[in-house]
Amino acid sequence: MKLHEFQAKQLLARAGIPIPDGRMATTADEAEAAARAIGAPVAVKAQVHVGGRGKAGGIKVAKSPAEARDAAKAILGMEIKGLRVEKVYVERAAQVDRELYLGVTLDRDRRRPVVMLSTVGGMDIEEVAEANPEKIARGWPSPLLGLLPFEARSLVFAAGVSEKQRDPVADIARRLYSVYVETDASLAEINPLFVQKDGSVLAGDAKLDIDDNALFRQPELAKLKEVSKDEETEEKARALGFSYVQLDGDVGIIGNGAGLVMATLDAVRDAGGKAANFLDVGGGAKEEVVRSALEIVLANPRVRSVLINIFGGITRGDEVARGVLDVVRTHPPRVPLVIRLSGTEAEAGRRLLAGAPLGSRETMDDAAAEAVRLATQPVRA
Amino acid sequence: MSVLLDRDTRVLVQGLGREGSFHAARMRDYGTKVVGATKPGKGGTTQDGIPLFDTVAEAVDSTDANTSIVFVPAPYAMDAMLEAIDAGIDLVIAITEGVPVADMLKVTAVLETATTILVGPNGPGAITPGQAKVGIMPAENFSPGGVGFVSRSGTLTYEIADLLTRAGLGQSTCIGVGGDPVIGLPTPDAVRLLNEDPATEAIVIVGEIGGSAEERAAEYMRAEGKKPAVAFIAGRSAPPGKRMGHAGAIVSGNQGTAESKVRAFEEAGIPVANAPSEIPGLVKRALRR
Repeated sequence: MKLHEFQAKQLLARAGIPIPDGRMATTADEAEAAARAIGAPVAVKAQVHVGGRGKAGGIKVAKSPAEARDAAKAILGMEIKGLRVEKVYVERAAQVDRELYLGVTLDRDRRRPVVMLSTVGGMDIEEVAEANPEKIARGWPSPLLGLLPFEARSLVFAAGVSEKQRDPVADIARRLYSVYVETDASLAEINPLFVQKDGSVLAGDAKLDIDDNALFRQPELAKLKEVSKDEETEEKARALGFSYVQLDGDVGIIGNGAGLVMATLDAVRDAGGKAANFLDVGGGAKEEVVRSALEIVLANPRVRSVLINIFGGITRGDEVARGVLDVVRTHPPRVPLVIRLSGTEAEAGRRLLAGAPLGSRETMDDAAAEAVRLATQPVRA
Repeated sequence: MSVLLDRDTRVLVQGLGREGSFHAARMRDYGTKVVGATKPGKGGTTQDGIPLFDTVAEAVDSTDANTSIVFVPAPYAMDAMLEAIDAGIDLVIAITEGVPVADMLKVTAVLETATTILVGPNGPGAITPGQAKVGIMPAENFSPGGVGFVSRSGTLTYEIADLLTRAGLGQSTCIGVGGDPVIGLPTPDAVRLLNEDPATEAIVIVGEIGGSAEERAAEYMRAEGKKPAVAFIAGRSAPPGKRMGHAGAIVSGNQGTAESKVRAFEEAGIPVANAPSEIPGLVKRALRR
């Protein structure tokens, strides 16, 4: 789950990290009032859950409250990477001398958090990481001990932070690490971390992504969850214990088990088609599960055929087949279905499906080819 | 011979709830020695004929359990794993889905100084066909033999075991390492166990997009491989930035792509199947060489 900049900054401020004075605004009037209260110049920043706001024109500097109003008018309602901007954050513009980068995330290979610090912060940190990885200093604190003072010091020396900023940056690194731990973040990032003309250090931006698996113990953060329009289906699926990801093709996919569903998506692509979604219904696949899964997949108007790929394990293939048959009889779907059963009692399941108004195939590859063929046929009247 | 589990495996169940008791019964049906379960406050009683204990340490003292299987819900899973590690259990298999990453970082940090091997979480467990099953896999799809099998998936593992079994290729031990980004026994370590197991003649490695465990496994096999291996990667068609069901299955930037994994295996001389159905044929060809 992603937090907005203003939410992340509040958490940083609570941990004692210096941030510019700022206010939230949802209208141009509010933005003007915020600018007046804070004192110009201000930065007016779109609050959306995507990166690259600056490059997309979502951040404007205003020299007066009137300019802040115009900036907010221009930014509110604009779309950045498909997301509509509904809020702006108005904050005091910093007197920037230099931009640093500071971030904490997971290093999967080492199974430790990694703290990264660089003196070349700003918009293109990903490119720096790619082209000049040596310009980013890294440290791997023990999850049992946290980021120790000597580790933070080593980082500022390794990154080549100027003498005057060493202590404040090391201090901010330790505080950011504690935010990362206390919020169960998967990413805690300050980019840029401003060094101002007077030498003081200030968080210019803040990004905080929270581990969804930890929301049960982060009730305050869980309340901040925003479901955008294209995530509504994903949320609905999650409530049913499914895992759904919208894709841009026309073959709907239903399967049990993440790996099996991924392999099904691959088989569809290998057969020359494009999957409309990823939908993992989890372990079993009884009747009501198949019914709700079909509802979710068919809610996407682009779907032209549906491929159901179920491995019968603890839930046997014949039970799955009965479930699918019941659904097809009581709620005939608007597009053709192809089902492929494997595993325990798969043959018995296929025998049951023999006379039904759906395509049954024995292998994943054949089923994928059939689903792709049906998706490219003209729509039935 | 086999790895991780055999006829002498003595299993303790942590979390004898609905799922735990269902699978404890299936494990017993398979012939696995289920010697006890923990249920704080119910020590000294039994449930479904399984003796209950208040703590893991007590259970180990009374039953000589050397393996535990964890079914407890995600908020309490870290505590359960740490309790088993603290009691000196040799092998902990965690089935639980949805454990916070921060908890797993603590558990794996403790593992660094312990002798316990942790498999999972968020996986189907492990099975040495014909000897012991400590997991939730449908046993019908597995058969004894010489193919060692490591996988990040659940049902895809059963599917491939089923294909191998139908092709007459039995399995030495199948290890479902789990679909989370931080797990106890990552793919390269599981591959190493099978590479050093005399009963394993060939290794099947089933990976997914996300992370670089497959690349590291390929590198290990290139340097130290003693037997043929075949690989399969799920998620070749997945777009970047989308988490494909498993928390660990995500391509971020150019990290964790299927291309990188396929290339690593090919460079290590390990053939990569395009579909699960190709795996038995590739294993047979690899064994003939």
